[in-house]
Amino acid sequence: MRHHLILRVVTKLLIGSIMLFALYVQFHGDYSPGGGFQAGVIMAVAFIIYGIVFSLQDVQRVLPPWLVHKLSALGVLVYAGTGVVSFFTGYGFLDYAALSPHHPVHGQHYGIILVELGVGITVTGVMITIYYAFTSRTPVMDDEAW
Amino acid sequence: MLRTRSLFATVMLAGVFSLLSALLFVTLDAVDVAFTEAAVGAGISTVLMLGTLALTRRFESPPAHTPVIPLFVVLVTGAALVYGTLDMPYFGSATAPAQTHVAPDYISRTPHEIDVPNIVTAILASYRGYDTLGETAVVFTAAVGVLLLLSGLRRRRRKEEEDV
Repeated sequence: MRHHLILRVVTKLLIGSIMLFALYVQFHGDYSPGGGFQAGVIMAVAFIIYGIVFSLQDVQRVLPPWLVHKLSALGVLVYAGTGVVSFFTGYGFLDYAALSPHHPVHGQHYGIILVELGVGITVTGVMITIYYAFTSRTPVMDDEAW
Repeated sequence: MLRTRSLFATVMLAGVFSLLSALLFVTLDAVDVAFTEAAVGAGISTVLMLGTLALTRRFESPPAHTPVIPLFVVLVTGAALVYGTLDMPYFGSATAPAQTHVAPDYISRTPHEIDVPNIVTAILASYRGYDTLGETAVVFTAAVGVLLLLSGLRRRRRKEEEDV
């Protein structure tokens, strides 16, 4: 059944901008408010809104549950991995100076970008995981039920 | 004073409340916190609450007991919290502990040690990198918990075995 024509069209237009905004918040976090947590949530919202307006099957064809589960773990791995790399190159755990020994300030920049990326990936994965877990249990409701 | 048994209206009001508290954080110059509150509190939480509602019923059942004791507890807690604010420093006071303890240290060290304009990011990702790693692990643990409780992976697998 096709319904909510306006919602479908507007959603399709919005999803691209939402994802772009998420990437902006992610990688501009050093300069403006925002960072991994907020960017991850916004990126997850792009998929969740697709799932709400279209259907769970549609969004799971784009982003299958197994991939989302792997993403949640990957983010933590990227974050902790950054720490382990600095640990094994003779610096303290999560001391980003290790990433650029001749120019510690640049190392800090690389480190912050890496760990924020890890946070972003995890938060995206976790939010979508929770959304999938809730909605995949529900029978599809008609609009009158609300 | 507002009373409703419609859980849908309650969820929507919670979202509105969250958005208003985000505005409050903006007024307090905590834009990073406001951003998180708007995205998580008003956005994702509302969607997840609606998802939960779809699993249960739309209306709250009438309470079986009188609201006197809960009301008393809420009033006493509220009074204690208001009493606690009485000797707090004034908003924006330069002598408040928040302004004199570690904040000046971070502000003076960040430009030459980290060199990013957003000091919140510098503290969150670099000076307090351990804390943020812990937070990320907590978020991941939340997903694992929800998956174990709700995903029904085992149920699905058993069903597939029965089908075979």
